[in-house]
Amino acid sequence: MKEIICITCPKGCHLKVDEESFAVTGNACPRGAVYGANELRNPVRVVTSTVAAEGPQRRLPVKTDRPIPKGKMFEVMDEIARVRVKAPVRVGDVLIANVAGTDGNVVATKALD
Amino acid sequence: MNYDVLIIGCGVTGAACAYQLARYDLRVGVLEASNDVANGTTKANSAIVHAGYDPLPGTKMARLNVLGTALMGPLCARLDVPYRNNGSLVLSLTEEDDGTLKALYERGLANGVPGLRLLSREETLALEPNLSPELRGALLAPSAGIVNPWELCYAMAETAVRNGAELMRSAPVTAVERLEGGWRLRTPKGDFSTRYVLNCAGTLSDRIAALAGDHSFRIKPAKGEYFLLDKAEGKRVEHVIFQCPSRLGKGVLVTPTVHGNLLVGPNAVPSDPEDTANSAAGMAFVRASALRSVPGINFRENIRNFAGVRANSDREDFIIEESAVAPGFFHLAGIRSPGLSAAPAIGLEAVELLRQAGLALKEKADFIDSRRRVRFHELSEQEKNRLIAEDPRWGRVICRCETVTEGEIAAALHSPIPPVSVNGVKRRVGAGMGRCQGGFCGPRVQEIIARELGLDPTQVLMDWEGTWVLCGETRKGDARQ
Amino acid sequence: MTNYDLVVIGGGPAGLAAALSAWEQGVRSILILERDREPGGILNQCIHNGFGLHRFKEELTGPEYAGRFIELVRQTEIEIRTDTMVLELTRDRVLHAVSPSRGYETIQAGAVILAMGCRERTRGAISIPGARCSGIFTAGAAQRFLNMEGYMVGRRVVILGSGDIGLIMARRMTLEGAKVLACVELMPYSGGLTRNIVQCLRDFDIPLYLSHTVTDIRGKDRLEQVVVSRVDERRSPIPGTEMVFDCDTLLLSVGLLPENELSRQAGIAIDPRTNGPVVWENRECSIPGVFACGNVLHVHDLVDYVSAESEQAGLAAAAYLRGLRPAGQEIRLQNGNGVGYTVPQHFHRGAERLELFFRVRAVYKNAAIRIMDGETRIARFKREHMAPGEMETVQLPKVLLDRVKGDTLTVEIEEAAP
Repeated sequence: MKEIICITCPKGCHLKVDEESFAVTGNACPRGAVYGANELRNPVRVVTSTVAAEGPQRRLPVKTDRPIPKGKMFEVMDEIARVRVKAPVRVGDVLIANVAGTDGNVVATKALD
Repeated sequence: MNYDVLIIGCGVTGAACAYQLARYDLRVGVLEASNDVANGTTKANSAIVHAGYDPLPGTKMARLNVLGTALMGPLCARLDVPYRNNGSLVLSLTEEDDGTLKALYERGLANGVPGLRLLSREETLALEPNLSPELRGALLAPSAGIVNPWELCYAMAETAVRNGAELMRSAPVTAVERLEGGWRLRTPKGDFSTRYVLNCAGTLSDRIAALAGDHSFRIKPAKGEYFLLDKAEGKRVEHVIFQCPSRLGKGVLVTPTVHGNLLVGPNAVPSDPEDTANSAAGMAFVRASALRSVPGINFRENIRNFAGVRANSDREDFIIEESAVAPGFFHLAGIRSPGLSAAPAIGLEAVELLRQAGLALKEKADFIDSRRRVRFHELSEQEKNRLIAEDPRWGRVICRCETVTEGEIAAALHSPIPPVSVNGVKRRVGAGMGRCQGGFCGPRVQEIIARELGLDPTQVLMDWEGTWVLCGETRKGDARQ
Repeated sequence: MTNYDLVVIGGGPAGLAAALSAWEQGVRSILILERDREPGGILNQCIHNGFGLHRFKEELTGPEYAGRFIELVRQTEIEIRTDTMVLELTRDRVLHAVSPSRGYETIQAGAVILAMGCRERTRGAISIPGARCSGIFTAGAAQRFLNMEGYMVGRRVVILGSGDIGLIMARRMTLEGAKVLACVELMPYSGGLTRNIVQCLRDFDIPLYLSHTVTDIRGKDRLEQVVVSRVDERRSPIPGTEMVFDCDTLLLSVGLLPENELSRQAGIAIDPRTNGPVVWENRECSIPGVFACGNVLHVHDLVDYVSAESEQAGLAAAAYLRGLRPAGQEIRLQNGNGVGYTVPQHFHRGAERLELFFRVRAVYKNAAIRIMDGETRIARFKREHMAPGEMETVQLPKVLLDRVKGDTLTVEIEEAAP
């Protein structure tokens, strides 16, 4: 059994999830059961950070354009650390495709003019 | 000899000496242990110009206090130092206090304090309506006031430097050697030789004396803790409000500051010379004591606590004398309260001691005895626009709480004694002194200091050596750190 | 002196949304004054995602959320002046402002919207004892250094306060290679959103110490240690419970305060509970023609709510400029059991509807919100979960409001039977 807190709504139910069957208890609604099972099967997160930029705006904020496996977060950070951008960059421009072997891309979240 | 006079320590005492000596045709040097001047007791005290009824008649303390306070107004006007002659009140809250007030009044008369008056409860409340309901009366001292202590120090030190005195910062004296007709002082910034030494090393002055073989006094540092409240509380009182010294202790004071805040404190606890930590017990004591005089103080408006260390000594009076065992080595030590008030007079006293010791004093014809600092928020609309037209940085407000512009910060960074830290900028121009305590402007000040002084932002300190702010850049397209 | 129909002070999410809403209502002479180098406000440094779920039904980062509003403003003739600081506002709606490009100037506004946002509480505000060393930052200042300037403020970190900015910084500094040792919260519950507890602390095994606080700060030059103690029910530290953390950085996330120095100086009435202006249902302050919205009015958890509130203020300012004034007798809102504050603080009898925002003082399960007109219950709203860290809102339609007989409505919490 693994204990996790549900974040689907502000209530914050304390869920117990079976590691083999992914059965969930402690949830007050069906959405909690889905969340609990997914958190154990394949937890995913959006990673946000910044990359170095040339010019007066020293950093450009970026994100993964979809949630990537939680275990890959630091690998994604390492790849982001290697990027340096020059203007112009538009919001949504892909700066790293398939980052860390995931199907996610690292994209700009702000323009650099 | 490289120097006629070397001053050890650039707090308000050392700066006052440098300022007075810079009037004469002398080679004057100042060795400051810290990376900035005014970095010890001078930056953390009650900022009060005392009237002079406290010290015992006949002491140097009494004489220099009353004289220093008389000199303070004109000095601050010449050197553009914020000062307000708002007067002080010592409150009587008990029957015992009534007797104490009477004694203070008599002592004040003996010391030559001008204008002292014993006030009834009603007269006092007419001046200060927010005082305790237990109030019985007060001693009014109209000559007392408030000053910006570190700006007083900067102003005198800058004026000395502009008139030829040499300031070495980050130059703690590590060894003292006697020479024929003088002294050699060793520091990490090099060795300096001089005919005369003024030991103005504050809480460390006994250690400096010991380096010269003089063990005739000891500093017994005593820490005092304070609350600094938002300007919303700054009008709670108009005068400096003291309590009577009593069996319960010396009492704490409540006063407006020249910046418009309210200052509350201090307590007194024995401490190390450089221990400026606050304690929960000390702060609780200060708060409770202050509420005895001014019950309405809203401590939720507190924006900062700090502590300062007084350079108390094992003697009753200021130690202002030539060492008995080290000729030409003068101590200006044990300068506890009212040392700030006395500073202008102590500078003159130092000159007199050196003259009596045989130093020839020839006044410079071109001594510049003035200083001006532009404070943007005090200017008229026309003056503001004239400055911004000359340099647009005067129109960029960096510190929103205190309305300090980039122009003021840049000017300070190119002044005779440029600040080298974020707090150095804060003390010079007020950026970061307000209610957000640099939360917004800190990063921008860091950037401006780095740019103007040609440093990497990671080299810019919060305050004294070792107080680093940034440990490095985030990853910038290279390998993981 | 120049003239504008509407001047908005602050170009963050509140100011942008308010200006856009007024534009959509037909106001054509609008000026936004922003003190920073670019519009967007604090969102520029909030590079994490989680913004816009209500508003845009998708998860955006702070810069993206701000970017959408900035783009919309750019498509209008709303004027934005950056690098411009408002120094004074008068009762007659004259603004004194200064900027490098235009110097010192005065501007007459037909209506004014206050959207200055908030600032962080500091070490001084909570009087943490200890040394005066470096290494103590508000979480937001550290966030600016990290996300805007690209500098790390330290390597071993303790965070005091479980507000959202502190939690977000715990994750951010961990991802950048720092070690976050603990997050310490005075109250028995977290001040931040549950999702942030999970994704910023639990994901990285950062312990959260509830009912604990920092009782000493040690370090001669740079921070070396913080001492953390458990507190009792009265929030006093319990001797003997001290834990010592070796760290070089302490981040403070101990609350936000609306920035109302301009408002106070103008003579606008301030509610001591919110630290924001006292407003009517249309977000109009005690000075006619001056409106307030966003974090300058009360501190919000979600920018989506800031945008919604600011649109109301923009709408009201536009109505004011058309000469429409709400009329009707004043009905005051009063805080009953468990309610810390309400916004608005009063409304006009005959109002079309009332959207009420408030915060509760404790954590409630299966409780209800009651709106009382003296002894008469006007409305009751069930809530499975309420906490001080999460703003509550209820809508009162005209049909309910018209039933009010007295001059005071009380908002109170009905606790579940034990």
